[in-house]
Amino acid sequence: MAAVLESLLREEVSVAAAVRWIARGAQSSEGDAGEAAALSSLRPLRKEFVPFLLNFLREQSSRVVPQGPPTPAKTPGSSAALPGRPGGPPRGGRGARSQLFPPTEPLSAAAEAPAARRGGRRRGPGQARERGGRGPGSLEEGVGGESPLWAGSRRPRAAGSPSRARSDPPNLSNLEEFPPVGSVPPGSAGRTKPSRRINPTPVSEERSLSKPKTCFTSPPINCVPGPQPSVLDSSPWGQGLTAGCRSLQEEREMLRKERSKQLQQSPAPACPTPESGSSLPTRTGNLTAEPADPAKVSSRQRLELVALVYSSCIAENLVPNLFLELFFVLQLLTARRMVAAKSSDLEPSPGVLGSPESPLFQSVHDCVFFAVQVLEHQFQVLSCLDKGTLKLLAENERLLCFSPALQGRLRAAYEGSVAKVSLAMPPAVQAVSFQPETDNRANFSSDRAFHTFKKQRDVFYEVLREWEDRHEEPGWDFEKGLGSRIRAMMGQLSAACSHSHFVRLFQKQLLQMCQSPGGAGGTILGEAPDVLSVLGADKLGRLRRLQERLAAPQSSGGPCPPPSFPGCQAFFRDFILSAGSFQFNQHLMDSLSLKIRELNGFVLPQPEASEEDGEADVDWQGERRQFAVVLLSLRLLAKFLGFVAFLPYRGPEPPPTRELQDSILALRSQVPPVLDVRALLQQGLRAHRAVLTVPWLVEFLSLADHIVPMLDYYRSIFSLLLHLHRSLVLSKDSDGEMCFLNKLLLLAVLGWLFQIPTVPEDLFFVEEGQVDVFEMDTETSEHGLDGVPVVDQHLLYTCCPYIGELRKLLAVWVSGSSGRSGGFVRKITPTTTTSLGAPPLRTTQGLQAQLAQAFFHNQPPSLRRTVEFVAERIGSNCVKHIKATLVADLVHQAESLLQEQLVTQRQEGGDPGQLLEILCSQLCPHGAQALTQGREFCQKKSPGAVRALLPEETPAAVLSSAENIAVGLAIEKACTWLSANITALIRREVKAAVSRVLRAQGPEPAARGCRRGCSRA
Amino acid sequence: MILTKAQYDEIAQCLVSVPPTRQSLRKLKQRFPSQSQATLLSIFSQEYQKHIKRTHAKHHTSEAIESYYQRYLHGVGKNGAAPVLLELANEVDYAPSLMARIILERFLQEHEETPPSKSVINSLLRDPSQIPDGVLANQVYQCTVNDCCYGPLVDCIKHAIGHEHEILLRDLLLEKNLSFLDEDQLRAKGYDKTPDFILQVPVAVEGHIIHWIESKASFGDECSHHAYLHDQFWSYWNRFGPGLVIYWYGFIQELDCNRERGILLKACFPTDIVTLGHGAAAP
Repeated sequence: MAAVLESLLREEVSVAAAVRWIARGAQSSEGDAGEAAALSSLRPLRKEFVPFLLNFLREQSSRVVPQGPPTPAKTPGSSAALPGRPGGPPRGGRGARSQLFPPTEPLSAAAEAPAARRGGRRRGPGQARERGGRGPGSLEEGVGGESPLWAGSRRPRAAGSPSRARSDPPNLSNLEEFPPVGSVPPGSAGRTKPSRRINPTPVSEERSLSKPKTCFTSPPINCVPGPQPSVLDSSPWGQGLTAGCRSLQEEREMLRKERSKQLQQSPAPACPTPESGSSLPTRTGNLTAEPADPAKVSSRQRLELVALVYSSCIAENLVPNLFLELFFVLQLLTARRMVAAKSSDLEPSPGVLGSPESPLFQSVHDCVFFAVQVLEHQFQVLSCLDKGTLKLLAENERLLCFSPALQGRLRAAYEGSVAKVSLAMPPAVQAVSFQPETDNRANFSSDRAFHTFKKQRDVFYEVLREWEDRHEEPGWDFEKGLGSRIRAMMGQLSAACSHSHFVRLFQKQLLQMCQSPGGAGGTILGEAPDVLSVLGADKLGRLRRLQERLAAPQSSGGPCPPPSFPGCQAFFRDFILSAGSFQFNQHLMDSLSLKIRELNGFVLPQPEASEEDGEADVDWQGERRQFAVVLLSLRLLAKFLGFVAFLPYRGPEPPPTRELQDSILALRSQVPPVLDVRALLQQGLRAHRAVLTVPWLVEFLSLADHIVPMLDYYRSIFSLLLHLHRSLVLSKDSDGEMCFLNKLLLLAVLGWLFQIPTVPEDLFFVEEGQVDVFEMDTETSEHGLDGVPVVDQHLLYTCCPYIGELRKLLAVWVSGSSGRSGGFVRKITPTTTTSLGAPPLRTTQGLQAQLAQAFFHNQPPSLRRTVEFVAERIGSNCVKHIKATLVADLVHQAESLLQEQLVTQRQEGGDPGQLLEILCSQLCPHGAQALTQGREFCQKKSPGAVRALLPEETPAAVLSSAENIAVGLAIEKACTWLSANITALIRREVKAAVSRVLRAQGPEPAARGCRRGCSRA
Repeated sequence: MILTKAQYDEIAQCLVSVPPTRQSLRKLKQRFPSQSQATLLSIFSQEYQKHIKRTHAKHHTSEAIESYYQRYLHGVGKNGAAPVLLELANEVDYAPSLMARIILERFLQEHEETPPSKSVINSLLRDPSQIPDGVLANQVYQCTVNDCCYGPLVDCIKHAIGHEHEILLRDLLLEKNLSFLDEDQLRAKGYDKTPDFILQVPVAVEGHIIHWIESKASFGDECSHHAYLHDQFWSYWNRFGPGLVIYWYGFIQELDCNRERGILLKACFPTDIVTLGHGAAAP
């Protein structure tokens, strides 16, 4: 990595070429030969670049006092497992990977320690070493190598850049700065922080053959002895890493040579930045944020370059988890202060401060500068975040200070964002309705079975109600409270037919209760109410904080929470566990699989080949909603399928020995998968339906046990997913590609999956090159979904509530104090989100909506489908009708008006652009009639359609209610679209008419008129 | 008549001390003039039943039965026309109809070879003229006629009242033009649990959606309500969603605590009904 960075700095290689190289291997056909040559020599190291970069950034920022949780918690409570800390369990590396920032507490210890340590650790003059006693040494070298170039002004900054004067040439001649690997830099105990976050574990024989893997991730960290060698020795990485070390050493050699070459040309070291002194730890002023000042940024070029490389890696999806990186960047943006752990080292030798060995982030200013740089590159993603996050970002004073331009864009994005605030009440728990067709005596083998099931249904709901009442009580335990009752009930299910009845009930109830985000315990999105902006600025923070506390359900586990069963899902999980019934589980898996297959085949009603884009929109709201319902159902079902299917194999730990693992693998590899998810994935990819298939597949896989990713079958799935992940480059926006938000959803869920504890850490970085790439059907697949904007922001956040962590982070920053206890600990017991929207809608409208919902509850499902179908068709036809009648009439009017106007205008020499305006101002008000006419149309057409489609025997009351509901829905659909679009529609049509007429009149004025019209419309 | 728990307790307390006679009921009415007769009678009956349930066992020991039978024989031996059995029941504080049943059973055991079946006993109680012994028939008759809480007559009355209220409810539903399926129709369709009425199109009562209505021609006290919840109301909810229970003779206010959950209690047919597609009350 160092060498790569170096090449970059020497401008032998452009960033783009380097990223291409990292992404796709050396043979970059596009790049020039020189670049290729420069990079090909480094080929063996290619794969380590990204993990190394990520580790490096984490390492570099380890002195930052962050706010927010020391997340992401891949393995919760992993802080104890950090390799650098005494007593860490042997598998510490895994925990470490999940850690963005070290916990605050040891940091403050470090902050207070320097004075005591000072004496023993002084170095020779000119050798302030910034090594943290752990790995990134090589990285620092790499970074250090660049400095001479800056000093040589090969990459000039804008004049007046304050950092320029302070550019820090490296002290390249110093062996101590670039010690041979394995030598212990004396007294580098300043930091007690672990460095490794991404931590490939050599899992299997074949993988450990891929030598480079170990090289950059593990060894740099572990081979460089830290301040507590004994602890390091006991770490699992202490052995068997020689290969890695060796290759590292090779690199260092290369570096050293390179440096000595440069040294001859490089000017003398400049003065150190005066900065570091300011970062002395203050023990008072607990966590008040240090102000960040763009003028105090040290080594801008270096930061810019790293930010660019980093951003490019993010953009190319070379990082496992996009949102995790964003979270990290926002933590840098909102860093409270830096712990000046190194001040002791720096003080004695001010002359070399800021040398290449100096850390990337020397101060909060550096952190913020870097963060803002990266954010600038990630604007496209940022602009898709929810309105609340955008607002917080746009209001962030640091961001404004460092990049007014970015702030402006964010503000614009915020203002343009059509936030979908979902305060919809989650429906109260409803029972699955009794349907005589499936539930009456005729469906049972005997009277006894029928009556047993009758009782079971009642016991099931009794248990459910008791759970609802009591599960939040402290000390209440599901198994103790309900276990025996559940097992007694399950014991009565003897006949297989009864099992299938019960499973159907269970699954339906699961879908009913957990599908809505509220039921899943999801967060409510949206921005802070506008009241806040009305209030004074000082109160704002407090109010925000309060709102955060109220609105946020206990902070989820950071940006990468482990799979969980929030809200009502916990009931179903615990029910399955307590029932402990093999038959039940089998029936449940069968049923879930079938339903998943069924829903996975979801087909969007074919959008008609609409001549004009406007009209297709009529159908979009409904279809998006439909898609969202199907997707959320699939995710829920797949999660439970994964849970039950892998339940017998789940354990907290992977098998302890290779032998054991191999025998388990041998056993497991002959077990057929519960559902052929690979085939479904392949189909999904081929048919451009990844946006539907992948999110549920991720849920399924997230509950897999440790062995699963090693099984050939699932390995190939992961391989496909990795290819997909890599291919979802957000900035690419070619035709027929996936829509932006669709991609973003997939990136988010895949990124999350790659952080799941059971997914091997190295999987992301190692798995590559297997070119069994899926062939996407090039011909447009009929039922493709990827190219259809089916995902909206609301769905994105519903599926990935952890994206909301970004907002929380920013909100805590606003609130001014992250608290001693680590930021997110809330002192007020947070109320659940449901209580926010609690007062149920008792308005007439709300009640009518509830009644309409309830109406379908006890009716056969086909009734609902029919009504919705009618409403959707009539609503769509209504818009067509309005276009054909009202709008067409208006256009006729426009044409005749225009003719008149033209006659008069010829004489006056008026402006055709104005003409259009005049016409529109006359005609557009007539658009209001569209609503009346639309309403009439729907009222007239819907009832007949419903009547024709429902069975003859439908009771009159049911029929008339169905008709009314269909009318209401059709009107709603049509009028929503019409009121939003009619003016634009009329305008467009009139404009077209005007240009037609004008063109007929003569070419010159027509062109003018059109141009003006266009610019205004 | 919706009573608070405190009001109800006061009435119940008052009932503990009085015998289950019409006189007692009259006194109760004077004591609580604001309560309707029907409510008081219903509470009276329920409290008495609780009392009998508590003491049931002690009257059914073989010693007790034998002693009652001997006293009966002794009594009728002296004067067959005197209300021996009724007085005995009152004296030992037991329901006359149930006392008659004990004696009848004991009598039949003595005079028939096989122990009598329940249905035989029931039919004899219903129609004492079938009892082979004329004196006993007369005694039993006196008991069932004078028992205001138990016995075939009371059962019959209760059943009639229940039915009457179902009819009343049906008429109200028809009047409000709310279409429904009644119990018989539901049974025919194979429903395993059947409330009195399922609304084909749900309505909202006081802002709560209801799918079904159950009529109860009694007062809703804790004991009966909990039994009903377990055996009926929740079962209905489990199948048809939220619904309405009408306790025509009132209920304890505090029991109406499951409204949000989907069991709504009323003491009369609701007036605040919102139907689908109509803002105000029924069309």
